[in-house]
Amino acid sequence: MHTPRLEYQDYRVNHDARKLARSLGWFSIGLGLAELLMPGKLARAVGMEDNEGLIRLYGLREIGTGVGLLMTDNPEPWVYGRVVGDSLDLATLGVGMQRGDNPVGAAIAATAVAGVTVLDLACARGLGEEHHPVTLYDYSDRSGFPEPPERMRGRAAYGSIDRLPQVHGADAADRETETRH
Amino acid sequence: MRALRWHGKHDIRCDNHVPDPTIEDGRDAIIKVSSCAICGSDLHLYDGFMPGMQHGDIVGHEFMGEVMEVGKDNKKLKVGDRVVVPFTIVCGECDQCRRGNFSVCERTNRNKDIADKVFGHTTAGLYGYTHLTGGYAGGQAEYVRVPYADVGPVVIPDGLTDDQVLFLGDILPTGWQAAAQCDIQPTDTVAIWGAGPVGQFAIRSAVLMGAEQVICIDNVPERLSMARAGGAITINFDEESVIHRLQELTRGKGPEKCIDAVGMESHAARSIDSMYDRAKQALFMETDRPHVLREMIYVCRPAGILSIPGVYGGLLDKIPFGAAMNKGLTFRMGQTHVNRWTDDLLNRIQDGQIDPTFVITHKVSLEEGPDMYKVFREKHDGCIKVVLKP
Repeated sequence: MHTPRLEYQDYRVNHDARKLARSLGWFSIGLGLAELLMPGKLARAVGMEDNEGLIRLYGLREIGTGVGLLMTDNPEPWVYGRVVGDSLDLATLGVGMQRGDNPVGAAIAATAVAGVTVLDLACARGLGEEHHPVTLYDYSDRSGFPEPPERMRGRAAYGSIDRLPQVHGADAADRETETRH
Repeated sequence: MRALRWHGKHDIRCDNHVPDPTIEDGRDAIIKVSSCAICGSDLHLYDGFMPGMQHGDIVGHEFMGEVMEVGKDNKKLKVGDRVVVPFTIVCGECDQCRRGNFSVCERTNRNKDIADKVFGHTTAGLYGYTHLTGGYAGGQAEYVRVPYADVGPVVIPDGLTDDQVLFLGDILPTGWQAAAQCDIQPTDTVAIWGAGPVGQFAIRSAVLMGAEQVICIDNVPERLSMARAGGAITINFDEESVIHRLQELTRGKGPEKCIDAVGMESHAARSIDSMYDRAKQALFMETDRPHVLREMIYVCRPAGILSIPGVYGGLLDKIPFGAAMNKGLTFRMGQTHVNRWTDDLLNRIQDGQIDPTFVITHKVSLEEGPDMYKVFREKHDGCIKVVLKP
């Protein structure tokens, strides 16, 4: 009576990766706005005070990537775009750590960027899994009913729990007691 | 004999040379297990969420088989009978049993004192389900001792296969009771969270009991396809808002009846309250993750009924009880009073009204059981229900 399973190959959306991609999109926009609107503060924090223009440029890049991630149906290239951007950020902060006025600040920022890069890579990997077909099972033939569900509707209608058979446990208990003795 | 035994979190093994059970009381019987199953609530043990397990405990509470030996006082069973054993051990004589409240039998929990302290009062003894419920050896084994075997076991008539009747011991009556507790009316919408085995049986039960509309919420496509086959409209919570969709399907009024077939390990991992629950669980400040319960209270139509077959184990946080009270919701819950429903359901199976085999997706040997715990837990390979053949 064990029903054979209907099996097929298909591509499956990775909802976790897509949700992460959206979160990264919002993060990009937030960071980009901060870089665009207060480049001086950020430049001082990482000891690169002469590079406000570059930080603004990076801010525009972040906003562009963020908007792309939020607007697209295919976030994968945009996530890889973020990974490239992370590399640029890390290279710039590396220069700041060697030649800037605040190497500690630059190192802290680089650590944070490295953490986000790990998330970006995990997201890219998750989205990449969508390209590989997986075995799925179709149980749409398993109703458990002898007729279509619409025709089974109400076959056991009681209306109230009080009218269900055997709800009065004493009857069942009496029956069992009689059986036993 | 061989048996699946709990050795710690995520560590269930098929052990050889486990001592065979023996008759300990005149009402006992020894059953040679022909089929047993892994239940969703076994996963709570596997994941280490239920306190009171001990190294070497035999797990499993869904099983059936042939009677090999009966105690001297047992007049109901005879050697050779085929029986399904309900997961609740019931005496049939105490006040609760006589009222039909079998899952809170007052006499069968051998560790009544512990249960009294933890829950305030004892509940029935259960097979393979912690020492809080008596520490009885479970049924994922070659042989099981069945205490009070002159009350609980259901004798199976000839002509029915194991697969057809095995689930009479737990998930079929659990889904049935979940729907029965809803007092279903012909105009009702019944929303069911969780398309696992209990959710699947709750869907079929709600349809049979005449609900106008049955809606099932999950995120596993295979499970949702099975739910649709049984007559449910489905909501994939990964793809759409549960609350908005339920409002849409009920013209803004909300479902009159809500069933929580998920319980303590809700996996709506991306909701804010789920993240909060996981953080509190990690800090040992909360035992259960009640996302479904919160969502049901929020979305249920005022004066509606919440039916909770999903297992909860301990302390729950941030339950919107103000909403529940002011909306006048009725809560009905509990472990299943299996013997209330078994005769009726057996008749329905014999009549062909429902064929419970639809839910079986994997049938393997007992030795493969530990691996199947992982597959079932991860919902891999389209797994919905695993049957083991010792």
